[in-house]
Amino acid sequence: MEVFKYNKPVVRFMANAKKVGIFSILLVSLSLGLLFTKGLNYGIDFAGGTVIQVKYQGDAPIQNVRELLRKNEIYKNASVTYFGSNEEIAIRTKNTSKDVDVDVSDEIRQILKGSGEFEIRGVDMVGPAVGDELRTQGLMAMLLSIIGILMYISFRFEWRFALASVMALMHDVTIALGALALFQIDVNLPILAAILTILGYSLNDTVIVFDRIREGIRTIKSSKLDEVIDESVTRTLSRTTLTSLTTFFVVLTLYLVGGEVLKGFSFTLLVGVVVGTYSSIFVASPILMWLNFSISEFREKEAAKAKREKEKEKMRAMYEQGTI
Amino acid sequence: MGKLNYRVVIFFFAFLFGVVFSIPTLTQSETGKKITLGLDLQGGLHMLLSVKTEVALESKIKSMGTSIKYTLEDEEIVYDYLKIKDGKVVFELLDKNDISKVDKLLLEDFKEYAVNKKELSYEIFLTPELSKKTEQYAIDQAVDTIRNRLNMFGLAEPTVAKQGKEKILVEVPGIKTAEDEQRIRALIAKAAHLQMMAVDEDRANRVYGMTEAEAKQFGDVILPDVAEEGTKYLLYSIPILDGSMLTDAQVGYEKDTQRPLINFSLNGQGAKIFADFTEKSVGKRMAVVLDNQVYTAPNIVQRIGGGQVQITGAFTAQEAHDVAIALRSGALLAPVQVEEKRSVGPSLGADSIKASSIALTLGFVMVFIFMMMYYGMAGVVANFALVANLFLILAVMSLFEATLTLPGMAGIVLTVGMAVDANVIINERIRELLHQGNSITKSIEQGYNNAFTAIWDANVTTLIAAVVLFAYGTGPIKGFSLTISIGILASMLTAILGTHGLYQWLLPKIDKNKLGFWFGIKPEKGAK
Repeated sequence: MEVFKYNKPVVRFMANAKKVGIFSILLVSLSLGLLFTKGLNYGIDFAGGTVIQVKYQGDAPIQNVRELLRKNEIYKNASVTYFGSNEEIAIRTKNTSKDVDVDVSDEIRQILKGSGEFEIRGVDMVGPAVGDELRTQGLMAMLLSIIGILMYISFRFEWRFALASVMALMHDVTIALGALALFQIDVNLPILAAILTILGYSLNDTVIVFDRIREGIRTIKSSKLDEVIDESVTRTLSRTTLTSLTTFFVVLTLYLVGGEVLKGFSFTLLVGVVVGTYSSIFVASPILMWLNFSISEFREKEAAKAKREKEKEKMRAMYEQGTI
Repeated sequence: MGKLNYRVVIFFFAFLFGVVFSIPTLTQSETGKKITLGLDLQGGLHMLLSVKTEVALESKIKSMGTSIKYTLEDEEIVYDYLKIKDGKVVFELLDKNDISKVDKLLLEDFKEYAVNKKELSYEIFLTPELSKKTEQYAIDQAVDTIRNRLNMFGLAEPTVAKQGKEKILVEVPGIKTAEDEQRIRALIAKAAHLQMMAVDEDRANRVYGMTEAEAKQFGDVILPDVAEEGTKYLLYSIPILDGSMLTDAQVGYEKDTQRPLINFSLNGQGAKIFADFTEKSVGKRMAVVLDNQVYTAPNIVQRIGGGQVQITGAFTAQEAHDVAIALRSGALLAPVQVEEKRSVGPSLGADSIKASSIALTLGFVMVFIFMMMYYGMAGVVANFALVANLFLILAVMSLFEATLTLPGMAGIVLTVGMAVDANVIINERIRELLHQGNSITKSIEQGYNNAFTAIWDANVTTLIAAVVLFAYGTGPIKGFSLTISIGILASMLTAILGTHGLYQWLLPKIDKNKLGFWFGIKPEKGAK
């Protein structure tokens, strides 16, 4: 089966680069706007607090639970929502307790007594100090991996490639964060993992397109960057689409059947896969163009490099022959 | 079939390695190295504790005060105002001539403490090094004590370890009910501070009208009874002996009532102190105090030798069992506090396993079918690599006895998607070359060459992100980055080297007239 024919015409992506660029800028500004107005909804991992998962036999009496909690001085601000099904609820509160012996879950169990047959299935409690620590660690992880990746791509390609790929990456991460803010999803440790996966995934895609452009610079006769980019992107189009589709479907199954705990995680990834695919085609490559990347310069550099290698080899050969 | 080449041989052994070493995990056999399920999958209690080290410092300063007092009195030095103020022991000498004597004593017996001196007044405090040492000791002692308690409790494989410099990580898998969890938490938190204290019989009948401050003036403390609400005892605040002289504690039962009690044995020194005290105090009461609650306060009828003592009181059998464990493992020098707690019931863990397994299987099957339909035999080759990849991940994790968490499962699901990417890139390259009219051999060799740099660079960048995540992440994140890292490395072996070997091996079979079957494409017209 072939969806993309081999002799498909080259798609003029770069001719529309400006329009697409404006669209991207709009999306990013919209996301930034959401982040600044609505803000991220930090879950307990980063903000501290307690989440208690309670499963009832039969439908959960959610109104009754809310009523019982409202009557309690300490837990009157707790929020109660359904969790995955009608039988299960999640109680979220800012309260944490340092006491090992009797903690929030024990108190809640006491409060809910008489509201029906229930089982406390899970308790997550993170103290505020730990939350801060986790947030710092998360940011550190993000920064360090970006720096590491920047260095690697600069070394393997050229600084403009590195800069363009990191800009595409920021674009993706910003939009993913914007989606999290829009739907007010609890940002917890698994979400951080998802964001970092997007980081890797987006780069993965961009690197593969850039690899083709690097190859195109050597093999395609044209010295016009936009033509080289168009042809390279067209050549990778089938791979980009296929991989994105398989990944998308895998993540989609995770989202649909992977359980409530992985919902936020897989949602973030879904957004990331879509945006990452888009940016590797429509964001990273135009940036390369706008950064005044010059093909002839790159070719000269490559040629100089090749010449140096050759000379070295010649010297070595001469040395081995004993002429030096 | 073609000649066996080194690539296909390596791939074959990698596959074999994967299958063999993942067998213990897949069959859950008794022997062999296995993957352990994380607490989020098998259920259990995870806690990050901190130690209130300031309490350890306080009691260190207090005991410093006691020994200074004892030494001064022993040397018959007259002093005034000996007290603890702002974490320092302060006192004033009354006689100038004692200064040199005190200085000499401080230099000899208390040389690890810092001294501030102004004429006749002395301030003695802990040096920063000693403070740090005391704090560290309190943490290390808490780790050991909690570990001992949990080991004695009899649950499978609890983990107690120091995390960082100040925190203690406690992980207890296999807890079945909320009641059990609470029992374990109570056991961890129990100070288990045992004291034998004499009742101040001269003032005992005035205890209900007395305030704490008044009691303190007489050198007494007021402590409540553990079972009878409202009952209080007036006790001399300096205990006869404490739990540090205890050698064993066991659960027993009262002869008549069959009520549980705790028998404990004292060491030689403790037994002697106890015997001497009981001999002197016949007719008076002695209280057994645990964590500032009086469990029993019987009349002393006669001298008790042998160092065997009992605590009776309102125990259930379970409580007696837990208290005995706490006593045997010793007291906590300083109380512990919860910084982070994650508790997963067994049913929630089972649900998570089920959900993520379904996702994994579904995702896998989908990718499998898709690859076969789209690429024909080339897709089958890729699927072989995918299966090998999965086994390799399991095998490597089993060998390291790594922990599989829910995010780790998600990592495996994701790796399936990403591992297939390498083969998509390779197959697209091969197709391209075939379309250009190259021979099959050349298309395959050239295709792998062309695809290699892209796959390599893409994998290295993802690996950089995963490794950083592993180094900086905690708990769930670590599991995720671990499976991703192993998955990427395994995919280099299976998806690149392995499939290449398979093609080379199959090469003589590949019919250039059946490109549709082998690579899923129709040959161009006029292809060579």
